[in-house]
Amino acid sequence: MTVLLLLTILAVLAAAGYVLGRRRALAVAGGDPKQLHSLPGFYGWHTAILAFVPGFLVLLLWLVIQPLVIERGVAAHLPESVQADPAARQLALADVRRVASGLDVALSQGALTEGAIAALDASATDLRAKLGEVGVALGAAVSPEVLAAAKDYREATARAATLRAVVIIALALGGLAWALKRIAPDFWARNRVEKVVLWLLMLASLIAILTTIGIIWSMLSESINFFRQYPIGDFFFGLTWSPKFGGGSELGFIPLFWGTIYITVIALLVAVPLGLFAAIYLAEYASKRTRSWIKPMIEVIAGIPTVVYGLFALITVGPFLRDVFAQPFGLGSSGSSVMTAGVVIGILNIPFISSLSDDIINAVPQSLRDGSFGIGATRSETIRQVVLPAALPGIAGAILMGASRAIGETMIVVMGAGAAAKLSLNPFEAMTTMTVKIVGQLTGDTDFHSPETLVAFALGMTLFVITLCLNVLAVWIVRKYREQYE
Amino acid sequence: MNDMRTVERAVDNTEARITARDVQVWYGEAQAIRDVNIDIPDKAVTAFIGPSGCGKSTFLRTLNRMNDTIPICRVLGTIELEGENIYDKRVDPVQLRAKVGMVFQKPNPFPKSIYDNVAYGPRIHGLTRNRAELDEVVEQSLRKAALWNEVKDRLHAPGTGLSGGQQQRLCIARAVATSPEVLLMDEPCSALDPIATAQVEELIDELRSNFSVVIVTHSMQQAARVSQKTAFFHLGNLVEQGDTSQIFTNPKDPRTEAYITGRIG
Amino acid sequence: MSDTTATLPGEPKRGSILVASDRMRRRNRIEGIFRWLGLTAIVASLSVLALMLFTIFRDGSSAFFQAKLSFPVTLEAQVLDPAGNRSRDEMVKQTTVTYGKVLEGAFLAALAEKGIQTADIPEKDIRTMLSKAGPGELRARVLAEPGLLGQTIEVTVLAGGRIDGYLKGRVTMQSAERDGNVTTEQLVLADRLKDAGMLGLSWNWNFLTNPDASDQRPEAAGLGVAIIGSAFMMVLVLIMCVPVGVASSIYLEEFAPKNRFTDLIEVNIANLAAVPSIVYGILGLAIFINFAGFPQSSSLVGALVLSLQTLPTVIIATRASIRAVPPSIRDAALGVGASRMQTVFHHVLPLAMPGILTGTILGLASALGETAPLLLIGMVAFVSNHPSGPLDGGILDPATALPVQVYSWATRSDPAFIERSNGAIIVLLVFLLAMNVTAILLRRKFERRW
Repeated sequence: MTVLLLLTILAVLAAAGYVLGRRRALAVAGGDPKQLHSLPGFYGWHTAILAFVPGFLVLLLWLVIQPLVIERGVAAHLPESVQADPAARQLALADVRRVASGLDVALSQGALTEGAIAALDASATDLRAKLGEVGVALGAAVSPEVLAAAKDYREATARAATLRAVVIIALALGGLAWALKRIAPDFWARNRVEKVVLWLLMLASLIAILTTIGIIWSMLSESINFFRQYPIGDFFFGLTWSPKFGGGSELGFIPLFWGTIYITVIALLVAVPLGLFAAIYLAEYASKRTRSWIKPMIEVIAGIPTVVYGLFALITVGPFLRDVFAQPFGLGSSGSSVMTAGVVIGILNIPFISSLSDDIINAVPQSLRDGSFGIGATRSETIRQVVLPAALPGIAGAILMGASRAIGETMIVVMGAGAAAKLSLNPFEAMTTMTVKIVGQLTGDTDFHSPETLVAFALGMTLFVITLCLNVLAVWIVRKYREQYE
Repeated sequence: MNDMRTVERAVDNTEARITARDVQVWYGEAQAIRDVNIDIPDKAVTAFIGPSGCGKSTFLRTLNRMNDTIPICRVLGTIELEGENIYDKRVDPVQLRAKVGMVFQKPNPFPKSIYDNVAYGPRIHGLTRNRAELDEVVEQSLRKAALWNEVKDRLHAPGTGLSGGQQQRLCIARAVATSPEVLLMDEPCSALDPIATAQVEELIDELRSNFSVVIVTHSMQQAARVSQKTAFFHLGNLVEQGDTSQIFTNPKDPRTEAYITGRIG
Repeated sequence: MSDTTATLPGEPKRGSILVASDRMRRRNRIEGIFRWLGLTAIVASLSVLALMLFTIFRDGSSAFFQAKLSFPVTLEAQVLDPAGNRSRDEMVKQTTVTYGKVLEGAFLAALAEKGIQTADIPEKDIRTMLSKAGPGELRARVLAEPGLLGQTIEVTVLAGGRIDGYLKGRVTMQSAERDGNVTTEQLVLADRLKDAGMLGLSWNWNFLTNPDASDQRPEAAGLGVAIIGSAFMMVLVLIMCVPVGVASSIYLEEFAPKNRFTDLIEVNIANLAAVPSIVYGILGLAIFINFAGFPQSSSLVGALVLSLQTLPTVIIATRASIRAVPPSIRDAALGVGASRMQTVFHHVLPLAMPGILTGTILGLASALGETAPLLLIGMVAFVSNHPSGPLDGGILDPATALPVQVYSWATRSDPAFIERSNGAIIVLLVFLLAMNVTAILLRRKFERRW
């Protein structure tokens, strides 16, 4: 019985529970809802919840545990050597799963029968070809051990599915019956239902925490795997980045970090003056009407997907910078360059810097401006000497956030910065960043468990830590600044 | 210091620094000030009193064109500073405000050092040629604001670190430093405690030896204490003006009397 | 002392206020420059935006038109159905190679019949003017309608990518001389075909419906799979992200006690909103694909990743609009004996709904444009089959997404794909515009009433 079908059954039982619970509540009250503690609907909800929730929770748990239990049993079929090596074990188990699902497909298409599957012998039939016919591609020929494991796997899965259905339906029916029995005029159904709803709301808010744990766990565990294979010192202090297929790669972090920082600095050199001056104009000079037009238009810049900027860098900005600056001055002949990526990220960050600065400038109390105007300062004098110094901490926070965004930006650097890890000062040369290499190493064809792939997780972890620190610092500065004027 | 009395006696004789004729102020379609005529004498303190919302602050702000910062505000009529219409097209309000300084209700020192707060005006208006002159101006201004002795040892500490009364005196020093001809004060004591208020009031009395001072206050006692001339505003009208002693002891208009005796306000 | 007071430094020059002093003029000049700098910054930013949009529309609008050749084809029954029984099972044995020959033969015959001069061009070059996608289309048409066999039908097939480029001005005689994939003779012939009415640009629905095509036939590549993939993901994000986001906002705003744990959640949400998007891609790869074993490249995994990424945005927007509901409304409901839960669900939530909807749509819009995390979960793979319907497990089929398609076309070497890439951006921007306009209209319509 499939999961979807089980869920449907649970839903139907819950709906039935609602109707029955409501009806029974009215019945015990003699048709007069005023005799009940809660509205009849709450008794219905209470019954529905007891019918649905226990079964649903068990189902979730089952889905997590079942593969672990079955795989442990199935793995016994595999050779000792494979069982000992975790990576090989995982690969073999993946094969087993694929063969098992291939057999299922073959069965559903009529290419094989249950009897034929039971009689299958890996040495006698070319299972790979057979499954290929029904559209299941296998990487290699099927070994007898894998076939045996796969057969076992199918049987165990089928047994588990039957058991699962029985347990869950029984739970649902039991919950339903118990809830119906509990219904009485002095039963506080509403409070019970609300308690459950409150729990659901709390669980929802836990997802945010789970996401963070997931991020940290996923990157940390694979980073540790990486550092087992590659010395941590060589990674963080290595000056060369040259991954090789055959092993013996040099995976030094410094060239990627340099590229990232260089591009970020250029991005900030573009975004901060433009964003800040735009914010100053909007906050201090523009009339309300102008402001209501210009502000959304600038924000459009931030609403356009970054891949669009990537293409803009690739086919417009890159060639333009190459033809106008790099080649005439003999600085290089590459369209992809630190400059290209930096300028385009800078443009993307203008609205970010300007809207943050705008908020911060507006938070400077009007009384300071009045004080300055009152003794005969011009607007620009007031802005330069009173408003900006007062807003400086907040603007510094905004710039840090902008830097964090530039460091984490991916598509623009993937399409505009190039892929060569270099330690160079020439901004018209192609360099690469941490994010480019994360994409490169994880979308390549290398073995997942090789250091060349796992290094991406170490890079991701480093990226995460850097951006997190910048953001925490920025938020702290901005909050300090806000408190000053509250 | 012994010429204080002559100044006090000379009040009635000095000519008007500012003359306002038929001044009307409109916020969009709403009229805030109706046909105000008033002369602001030199070397004296003029107090604007009246219930809140009567237009006294609005009128004060027209005197150095602070209302220009509000887009919907229009001013009709003429206001002359020493015979020159300040609403003339050729007048740059920035240049005007150097001559007609302003101190606000809430102390608003800039987030800079005490020294830089006071030096701000002289610097932007280019009143000094070198550092020594600037030091001199800062000291003189702080002395005039009766703050010098309290802050002379910490001129480079932030101005925001002073107490409320000190902050307001710092703001007065800041306004005084550009040597304005007229000093406008918009309820300068309303955010201060009684002791600080007394200090600032004493200061205002001293300031009139150098400047023409206009003060807006909602406190009749304060007006009586510090001013020589008083103008009573009510619902956008200038109801009555005259010597402070006369206004408080012998008001001519029944509305003034009602306000002074506490029946309106 | 009295002496110095007379010439006190800092004494302003007692000039008329009617005449601007030199210094005042200089200060006003600086003022002007400063103001001008502000305006310049805005104009510069908006000009770059305009330039970018301009290049996209200039290079991309032609993707919606395609060069097509039309000529009659006689479908010889002996060739295409040698068994002669019109059975589909028999007919599928004729591959596209056979159909290709039929098509090329018919093309050459049509040229001869129209009297178009072809003597100066090698026959092979004439044949390659037809797109490699043509035979497949013809075969599909015949298999769907075997009755066509034996008839002479008028077909309209795609011209090759370079011919298409020539008609759109991308390929010129000069560029053809340096290009191994096209000869100037072919372009001359294209001109003749155009004059004869056999070749022309026409509206190209296939750009929106076709799946991606291989490097050799850019003319057949379309956004079909990408649009379906993006649509699946948007619906799934809506289903997964919004209930969770709204529920956790309600909890945090209305019920959560103020303690360390709640603070932790708050800080956590704020930080999640600032995590680089690629980190979510790593999370998706490690958890959903490697750990949970969901299929790579599937819309389900894409939607899970995008949901997690959009969640903080939805929570932040929802909390802001819940907070904007005045406490008096809660007091009123509690005052007539509603429970806190009833107060929230009957009064607060409906009033906060417009704000929640607006925030959600804007969150979805940013999810629609997200690319980097999808690259890591394999959505950049070449997918040549449309996913099945959502109820047939289509969310588990390999798919791609609009922004990912933009990227993968941009990285192909053939410049014809750049046109496609820009065209895909236009489609993407149209969707984004629609979503943003909806959000703005919603906000206008339900402007706060208190």
